[in-house]
Amino acid sequence: MSTTHDAHGERAIEAHVHGHDHGDGGAAHGTLKGYLTGFALSVILTAIPFWIVMGDVFRSPQTAMLVVLIFAFAQIFVHMVYFLHMNTSSEGGWNMLALIFTAVLVVITLSGSLWVMYHMNANMVPAPATHDMREMP
Amino acid sequence: MSTHANAADGTDASMFYLAEEHHPENGTLLGFWLYLMSDCLVFACLFATYGVLGASYAGGPGPKELFDLPLVALNTSMLLLSSITYGFAMLEAQRERRVAVLIWLAVTGLFGLAFIGIELTEFAHMIHEGAGPQRSAFLSAFFTLVGTHGLHVSFGIVWLIVLMVQLTRRGLAPEMQRRLACLSLFWHFLDVVWIGVFTFVYLMGVLR
Repeated sequence: MSTTHDAHGERAIEAHVHGHDHGDGGAAHGTLKGYLTGFALSVILTAIPFWIVMGDVFRSPQTAMLVVLIFAFAQIFVHMVYFLHMNTSSEGGWNMLALIFTAVLVVITLSGSLWVMYHMNANMVPAPATHDMREMP
Repeated sequence: MSTHANAADGTDASMFYLAEEHHPENGTLLGFWLYLMSDCLVFACLFATYGVLGASYAGGPGPKELFDLPLVALNTSMLLLSSITYGFAMLEAQRERRVAVLIWLAVTGLFGLAFIGIELTEFAHMIHEGAGPQRSAFLSAFFTLVGTHGLHVSFGIVWLIVLMVQLTRRGLAPEMQRRLACLSLFWHFLDVVWIGVFTFVYLMGVLR
């Protein structure tokens, strides 16, 4: 793609072989710059949470958990953009629609399960029984 | 005049043919994306199960005693490296360089195998210490979630080898480009799931 005389031939081959990918909302292609940016960001966003936990950076575990979670969400976003090439126009927007729908279901499943089961644990089971379960050898 | 009309017809026909070819291609990738989203729901259920049962040790060992974070960091880097090398394979596939694609796919497969190897070593170590899946609800949920992810990566490696064999036989035909794109989605998706695993299971487990 860089040199002019190559570019013409390559474009011709591309137009022939997968010309259908270009234009109206086909699957998006990655670029070298995109992949390298995604990789560098991922390395940073992975290294920091590991450092936070292994180096006991925060005194309160709750703060550490929150920060680690934020880094995870940031890295998932980076992977979606740079590796999975998500954008609002790929596959005519259906990819994004399916992703948003799934994300809503995942949030309902996770938060719902944790919320309901936490209260089941706290309110329904008699206190001595939970105590026994946790101390059981 | 007539030749001109013929040429125009010919162009129209080829355009029409390309347009016909367009649909199945998009359909496959969209369909595969929908499969990945359903897989995402499977993992969401397993994550929810782990979230609920992750503190039920039944008097057995907890995450702090079991998890070896440097090993998890090494495993994470293996998967991340395999993601970028698969990206390089996709770039070479766009440039129609078959040998380069095969080399990058082989490198990706080796990183994937290293990931599976490290994970199996970790599992074997835990089971040897008496912390197998039957020890507590926490360990059952842990082995199910992490094991399901490992199984996905293993099948990804099998798929990768099949594609490498097909590439040597067929070259980078349009259908091979499509298959490579599907495996690319699958492979990067597994890396996304792994972000959830190392954050939610390993890092937050040790913090808990």
